[in-house]
Amino acid sequence: MLKIGPLSFHSRLLLGTGKYPSFDIQKQAVEVSEAEILTFAVRRMNIFEASQPNFLEQLETNKYTLLPNTAGAKTAAEAVRIAKLAKASGLCDMIKVEVIGCDKTLLPDPIETLKATEELVKEGFIVLPYTSDDVVLARKLQEAGCHAVMPGASPIGSGQGIINPVNLQFIIEQAVVPVIVDAGIGSPADSAYAMELGADAVLLNTAVSAAKDPVKMAKAMKLAIEAGRLGYEAGRIEKKRYATASSPKEGMSIR
Amino acid sequence: MKVTLNGEWTQIPDNIIFVSDVLKHYKIHDKVVVVEVNGGILSKLEHQSTRLADKDRIEIVHFVGGG
Repeated sequence: MLKIGPLSFHSRLLLGTGKYPSFDIQKQAVEVSEAEILTFAVRRMNIFEASQPNFLEQLETNKYTLLPNTAGAKTAAEAVRIAKLAKASGLCDMIKVEVIGCDKTLLPDPIETLKATEELVKEGFIVLPYTSDDVVLARKLQEAGCHAVMPGASPIGSGQGIINPVNLQFIIEQAVVPVIVDAGIGSPADSAYAMELGADAVLLNTAVSAAKDPVKMAKAMKLAIEAGRLGYEAGRIEKKRYATASSPKEGMSIR
Repeated sequence: MKVTLNGEWTQIPDNIIFVSDVLKHYKIHDKVVVVEVNGGILSKLEHQSTRLADKDRIEIVHFVGGG
């Protein structure tokens, strides 16, 4: 079970809801992924053309835990405002703190992320900050009372996979809250690797929504995350330089 | 009265008194929206009790797909 604050989940896949080719494909992908936590963003409504459908209306929202993000925020104050707007919907009290500090790499601003986390924990939110793979920052976010840390595997939407497994492992080893690898996942192998390293869950969006077949990829990610988790729990063998025979050396009938 | 609605200087009909009237006027009263008036975020219950005044700044936000 994945435990975030007071909440428990069977699924270790958190799925983003951006950039799907259609609402129908998105709905199917969400279903086959078996994700229980869905992320989304808060934006100004185009009220002058309000008849446009909204993705939330396509989903049975009471079946899911909604995880709004603070994407668009560049300062702690902006992130706190977006978090409060999301909470006022009455649909969620979890928040993914996302404060971007660099437009080109979309890497998070560590100082503003920490400030926003401190503030939102005080306000009683369940706080999941998206952070870089900085080991010390991950610790400080936990000291600030966050309910999970979400280090990026590589830049958002880049699909580069896990580019710093060493740091990720340090974060996992030192963590007292769940570690959710967020951003940069490209393939099922990346997801399985994150789980084998000991991550508690994976959050991804583009890897599924921009795949050639998003529904199939959603299933592949679900299976990869389950496989990676099982592998982690089972405990992999040590790597050796030379071969070790799998068959017994005794009782051979050939000379 | 005239208000700033999602950044646009907008004339709204005189029969609009409460925030909930604005939502009905734009036919978004049955959608999931969050309203902020002059920087203060309203709970759903407050939509019906919050009176609007000339030159108010109203922000109406909703949820969109995101990662």
